[in-house]
Amino acid sequence: MHVFVARHQTPVLLIVLLGAAVAISEVGGLDALQVTLVEMLIRVLVVVGLYVFIGNSGVISFGQVGFMCIGAYAAGWATAEPSFKQVMLQGLPELLQENQFSFPLAMAGAILLPAIVALLFGFAILRLNGIAASIATFAFLIIVNSIYSNWDSVTAGVSSLIGIPTPVGPWVALAFAAGGILVAHLFQMSRYGLLLRATREDGVAAKASGVHSVRMRLLAFVLSAALVGAGGGLYAQFLGILTVDTFYLSLSFITIAMLVVGGMGSLTGAVAGVIAVTVIVQLLRFGERGFPVGSALFKLPVGSGELGLGLLLALILIFRPNGLSGGKELALIRGPREMMPEGGAVAGARALQDDSNAVA
Amino acid sequence: MIGFLQHLIDALALGSIYALTALGIGLLFGILRLINFAHGDLITVGAYALIVPAADVTARLMIGSWTPAAVVVAISMIVVVAALLTDAAVFRPLRTASPPTLMIASFAVSYIIQNGILMFYGARPKAVDFWSGANVQITIGALRVPLLQLITLAVTLVLMAALTVFLRRTPQGVQMRAAAEDFRMAQYLGVRGNVVIGLAFAISGVLAAAVSMLYITQSGSLTFQMGVPLALFAFVAVVIGGMGSLAGAVAGGFLLGFIVTMLQAYLPPDLRAFRDAFAFAFVILVLLVRPSGLLPSRTTVERV
Repeated sequence: MHVFVARHQTPVLLIVLLGAAVAISEVGGLDALQVTLVEMLIRVLVVVGLYVFIGNSGVISFGQVGFMCIGAYAAGWATAEPSFKQVMLQGLPELLQENQFSFPLAMAGAILLPAIVALLFGFAILRLNGIAASIATFAFLIIVNSIYSNWDSVTAGVSSLIGIPTPVGPWVALAFAAGGILVAHLFQMSRYGLLLRATREDGVAAKASGVHSVRMRLLAFVLSAALVGAGGGLYAQFLGILTVDTFYLSLSFITIAMLVVGGMGSLTGAVAGVIAVTVIVQLLRFGERGFPVGSALFKLPVGSGELGLGLLLALILIFRPNGLSGGKELALIRGPREMMPEGGAVAGARALQDDSNAVA
Repeated sequence: MIGFLQHLIDALALGSIYALTALGIGLLFGILRLINFAHGDLITVGAYALIVPAADVTARLMIGSWTPAAVVVAISMIVVVAALLTDAAVFRPLRTASPPTLMIASFAVSYIIQNGILMFYGARPKAVDFWSGANVQITIGALRVPLLQLITLAVTLVLMAALTVFLRRTPQGVQMRAAAEDFRMAQYLGVRGNVVIGLAFAISGVLAAAVSMLYITQSGSLTFQMGVPLALFAFVAVVIGGMGSLAGAVAGGFLLGFIVTMLQAYLPPDLRAFRDAFAFAFVILVLLVRPSGLLPSRTTVERV
């Protein structure tokens, strides 16, 4: 029992923490914060999705936001007003054009479609290593953006996809974020997660021990795409309106910044990064609106939020390459050593430090 | 036939811009293994340095109204200083970091520059009338060629020749090539790492400044993200040509200019919009089929 608790305490603690934030804002009637809170929870799901692949495999992907785009549009296609779809999205299959599907079905689409795309795309590129794999994922993001912004009859192109019902509130977002955290945790505790981390630590040794690294990476890539896609589906049904450029370089930058700030070596890092970046950017935004100092109104210039985020990321990369969490997991009870997810700190360091063997 | 020749000249001019940008990115990659995504934003810096800081829609020229020679010197110096600053502030403390980490860091630099410009100049695109006299058309036989395209091509050839002479004939250039070959070994043999890297950043700054002046003369409009697409395409050129190889970067730039122009000209109209998707799908294809590019450099082969 003790071992079981020690083993699975991290996701529970993280979920309780996020749940407390939602409960406080609901009870305290902090409606002004609600939008920020829901957005933060959706980003928790997305960044945890990023972590499943990047954290465990050590391969940095710049393209996961592309899966968010695919998931968001899948949900949009399923739930947007049929009258809108029949006029604007005539390239869609009739089944989608004429019906308006329920929230669970839309979410299923937002999870499945990105997962299928990830399976096909990952199958092609995951045998690449290091920087080549990163570049390929980056190219993937640009391809997705280019296709979705120009395929007018299916995505409404550069104009927006509108008329999506918005059933997503704080509790729904919390439920999905919690689900994402649990899935990520179970994956990293599973033998597949362990095998994948072995390939990250030492690719050659892992291969020599019979680990099929491409297969393990593919599994994590598909799982990651499913989680990130679910994040996209939630986002679509939270905003009620979709534009393609929402899911491009800027969001890719922000989500990776969150993961790096928190520390890509641990699940706790992924969640902590989202919370830390959201709080800091939000404080700077308040500063942009101005606050009184004595009798004068002190205002930060517009754009401080973004500038602050860029500086924060640069500082973290330079001074704390393992992120705020340092690659450790949140824990109250110490379990027997071998039961803890091993080597988190080392792993984070590996992902970020010079691997002079990789490119000699 | 005339139509094809016309497209070919367009392709050469576009390819020149890509080649110059790709050279700036390729140079740093060769030495530092840094994919400098912020290179595009250095081009933006050069372009915005021409005008008075203000949020007006129509920009007033400041440096841009000086004599051409003074403009070239001033803009080059500003961009070189900006490039050196990015090195000193961010990339130098990250000398031992892995290539993907450096790439993330360059994203941060890019984000900082873009939002810095946004703060001072505002988000709206600005029309700017800079050296618009260069846009006249001149007739060669049955061809009508914008003078600017010829200037672009000439500037590119001159800069490439100058860079080649620098790399082959001067001690600094030889050191730089040695550092690109094997950075650690070069250091053991007395090459000063930070000097070589600083020099590489300075050269990439000069190249970025040249691109910004050529590009602004042609497009006549400024936005705070104008450098991003240039950097993206140059990045493609670098990968196609072979990362770490400068000749590869140039060849990749011209090839990409050719592909993009011809896709634009001869693709059926329905598919024309997906030009960028084709270009980047080509990148993935190159990575899969020929990971070291068309003109591979000997030094980027991955070893166990």
